[in-house]
Amino acid sequence: MRDVAVVGFAQAPQVRRTDGTTNGVEMLVPIFHEVFDKLGMTKSDIGFWCSGSSDYLAGRAFSFISAIDAIGPVPPIVESHVEADAAWALYEAWVKIQTGEADTALVYGFGKSSAGNLRRTMALQLDPYVLAPLWPDSVGVAGLQARLGIDAGLWDERAMAEVAVRSRRDAETNRFAQLAGSKDVDELLASPYLAAPLRMHDCAPITDGAAVIVLAAGDRARELVERPAWITGIAHRVDSAHLGARDLTRSPSTAGAAQAVGIDGVEVAELQTPFTHQELLLRRELGLGADVRITPSGGALAGNPMFAAGLVRIGEAAAHIADGSAGRVLAHATSGPALQQNLVCVMEGR
Amino acid sequence: MTSVQPLSAPIELTFDYTRSLGPTLSRFMTGLRDRTVTGVRVSDGRVVVPPVEYDPVTGAAVSEFVRVADEGEIVSWSWAAEPLDGQPLARPFAWVLVRLDGADTTMLHALDVPSPDAVRTGQRVRARWADEPGGSIRDIVCFEPADTPQRPPAAKAPTVADVVSMVTTPIELSVEHTASPQEMTYLRGLEQGRIIAQRCPVCRKVYVPPRGACPVDGVPTDEDVELPDKGIVTTFCIVNVPFPGQKIPPPYVAAYVLLDGADIAFLHLVFDTKAEDVRMGMRVEAKWRPREEWGPTLQNIEYFRPTGEPDADYDSFKEHL
Amino acid sequence: MSKNRAAVLGTGQTHHRAKRTDVSMAGLLREAIDRAMIDAQVGWDDIDAVVVGKAPDFFEGVMMPELFLADAIGAVGKPLLRVHTAGSVGGSTAIVAASLVQAGVHQRVLAVAWEKQSESNAMWALSIPIPFNMPVNAGAGGYFAPHVRSYIRRSGAPNHIGALVAVKDRRNGAKNPYAHLQQADITFESVQNSMMLWDPIRYDETCPSSDGACAVVIGNEQAAAAVANPAWIHATAMRSEPTTYAGRDQVSPQASREAAAALWKQAGITNPLEQIDAAEIYVPFSWFEPMWLETLGFVPEGEGWKLTEAGETAIGGKLPVNASGGVLSSNPIGASGMLRFAEAAMQVMGRAGDHQVDGARTALGHAYGGGSQFFSMWVVGAEKPE
Repeated sequence: MRDVAVVGFAQAPQVRRTDGTTNGVEMLVPIFHEVFDKLGMTKSDIGFWCSGSSDYLAGRAFSFISAIDAIGPVPPIVESHVEADAAWALYEAWVKIQTGEADTALVYGFGKSSAGNLRRTMALQLDPYVLAPLWPDSVGVAGLQARLGIDAGLWDERAMAEVAVRSRRDAETNRFAQLAGSKDVDELLASPYLAAPLRMHDCAPITDGAAVIVLAAGDRARELVERPAWITGIAHRVDSAHLGARDLTRSPSTAGAAQAVGIDGVEVAELQTPFTHQELLLRRELGLGADVRITPSGGALAGNPMFAAGLVRIGEAAAHIADGSAGRVLAHATSGPALQQNLVCVMEGR
Repeated sequence: MTSVQPLSAPIELTFDYTRSLGPTLSRFMTGLRDRTVTGVRVSDGRVVVPPVEYDPVTGAAVSEFVRVADEGEIVSWSWAAEPLDGQPLARPFAWVLVRLDGADTTMLHALDVPSPDAVRTGQRVRARWADEPGGSIRDIVCFEPADTPQRPPAAKAPTVADVVSMVTTPIELSVEHTASPQEMTYLRGLEQGRIIAQRCPVCRKVYVPPRGACPVDGVPTDEDVELPDKGIVTTFCIVNVPFPGQKIPPPYVAAYVLLDGADIAFLHLVFDTKAEDVRMGMRVEAKWRPREEWGPTLQNIEYFRPTGEPDADYDSFKEHL
Repeated sequence: MSKNRAAVLGTGQTHHRAKRTDVSMAGLLREAIDRAMIDAQVGWDDIDAVVVGKAPDFFEGVMMPELFLADAIGAVGKPLLRVHTAGSVGGSTAIVAASLVQAGVHQRVLAVAWEKQSESNAMWALSIPIPFNMPVNAGAGGYFAPHVRSYIRRSGAPNHIGALVAVKDRRNGAKNPYAHLQQADITFESVQNSMMLWDPIRYDETCPSSDGACAVVIGNEQAAAAVANPAWIHATAMRSEPTTYAGRDQVSPQASREAAAALWKQAGITNPLEQIDAAEIYVPFSWFEPMWLETLGFVPEGEGWKLTEAGETAIGGKLPVNASGGVLSSNPIGASGMLRFAEAAMQVMGRAGDHQVDGARTALGHAYGGGSQFFSMWVVGAEKPE
């Protein structure tokens, strides 16, 4: 296997609403330039491009096609796209570099959630015969998962609120985050339910955003930056779609992916958890102890740019390698209802 | 570039999807039509409801169907305080996972209770059936507490007599489309009867309609260039096919129009001439709608029509094909 | 090159029809998957990962349907990817699956591409009106027809070439039990008499709208050693360019030319016309056959129609194109690209039945999408590459 590293990362500010188009071009152009400027690269230095986005979020078929204008793909480029969070686009790019067909890759994701009714639209991810006709929204489904854990004594509303408090406090040092601030757990617990057992603070906000990561192999990575974040392992798995047939308080796909890459010794774990109880679930599933800093960026709870949020976790984790504040980190991305599909990426400095 | 207010308008994505069920789901939906719930027994002995089509262990098509009760117990719930369009009830309700008696898995549906205080894990509930089941998951209107007084079933014949093999699911979604800043200038220009294109600062090419970024250089176009409303047809086709949703009666000419001074052509219509007389290179000018009908849209130009000037030489536009 | 060798172990596809009302979406995919796995002689435990390809989700009205289908397609507990590169997606999906094997990540990967467009209506899904734009309501045919006119003008091709392709592809389709359109009795005259839809494209020169799926199992060298006649992947290429830009050649897109050049180079092919025994080229409107023959480098620019007119693209000709009947005979949009890739593999595996090109040892699979802007293609061969 070739050594591949994250060498560049940039993100658009995570905001409730942008005035830009749903194809993300306005969010992407500045961050492409930012990452090229930082690395001293131009578009012709990129061997493979891969993006993640959703037509349903954009309300347009082939919405990713307009996005490629942001690249300026003339002369033509080697480019692909996944209809999923860009963390999976990063996986495809990592594979491409492993084949030897490219030494560098640029991965991007974008989503303008403000353009539609996100929690309603997400119901369309569910079984089209027996579930989607009822329009079970993503918050309602997450609430079912949360209550299962509460009833089983695995977590409680206080622990969930504590996750929210920590996430907002961490976000205070993240200039890209949408929600930051100092909250009191009791204050949060006194607030009304949004969709019991979930309160507003238990759920990720609606966010428009975009992100980009540059990958490079071996010597190329060393030429570009002083401290590449070397990907020592990246894997993903998916669980059953039948919400009534799997234990929603567990995440075998996350555990499976983590086991495939080996996560012992990570100091930082950026977890993509748009609901507070999901952080508690994953910490338990992955056996992450008190010695691991969990999602120090504030995470999806502080800003959740759909289809870029998983990529942002990878970028944020890699940043700790780049600035020397950690030697071994983990990033997690999720897709589908109630943590159905999960990706784990471990990176190291050397 | 003048600073303008964002221009937005909704895209309506509405369709009645027609879904064929295949043998397993057909059995399930036909059962619902008859006010019964059918699951499948899979290789590890579990009874799965709603049924899966393929065994989770062997991958083989499931074949053993099992009738389960329409009553069971709540395994989890969440409260839908502000129901959304299309959800089972218009008043607040609970989403529930119900394990029906006889099933080993739970089923997701809605529970009709007046408040979160009236629902709890472990509660016994039963299906409330539609008066006229038609063979869809919505034949179960919702669940209700098992101690709710039973309503006698409506004595109506089901709406579908045969095996249910299809189900129609209406989906309507609205997504807000916002024009890019460059498009905004162009659209506001059209509102005034002007065509304002954009020039790329790097390659200096003129784009109309403008793109969010120059597709060659990946930078926002930032220089307004006003163009005349005349140009040439580079190439075209004659549309003869009627189809649902079509606004213009065929035959009509759909043509790529290259305005004088522009570097890309755009698709528009050509009228005021016989379709068979349209030629590549033909000089055309815009025919605008009445001023009072103008809005921020290229539709202000109703169509293009020949000017009568001599055609452009092929060599002069062949690079634009 | 640090790539591992990879080969197609088996292929499968559905009976493509306007409306497959006899199956659910899962049933449609499984029909293709089950056939592919039998053809590849593998069981579920042999599959390490699943890659799904499909065009816009509006066609079926399900957001990211591979998620709800995970159980049916044997992906639970495994890696699952979903590729979407517009019409070329079937091809890109096969390339992503091949990459996983070539990179040494997996031993055997199942790739499946599909579309069940009868759940809605393809014309509707492709023509949803966008605010502020000018709706020309011309559909895909109306989009491409002007560029066909440009090709005819540029090349000086006579007007009947499109009809020749249509007759050939439909008669080929009649030899393919899976093809949607079965038109053994189609004639040149009947095509010429069919209604002009978007002048210069006629009704009979236009692809149908189909429900269908296609699946391939791709394995590494060790896996290929266990099956008879695998189709070795000699080269793959993908290129993309913008829908429109100043000076863009819409008839012979640069992305297509560059993808083909890269492909031939990787495959060690210096004379495609001589060295390719069969080509499955994405031709949704008949005139794209001569157009792609030129862009792909089989013949010089302007000469594509001559090869067609001379009958050399028929089975038995110098370069049989679309022996399967092609997109003109079956067009489940998300699957069509993979059908081209799979049919190319079937040719060199000797499994093309009545539409087998005798002695085919090296074949091209090609797909394109969007406004002729996304291209994916591969060369497969009966010989193991060096």
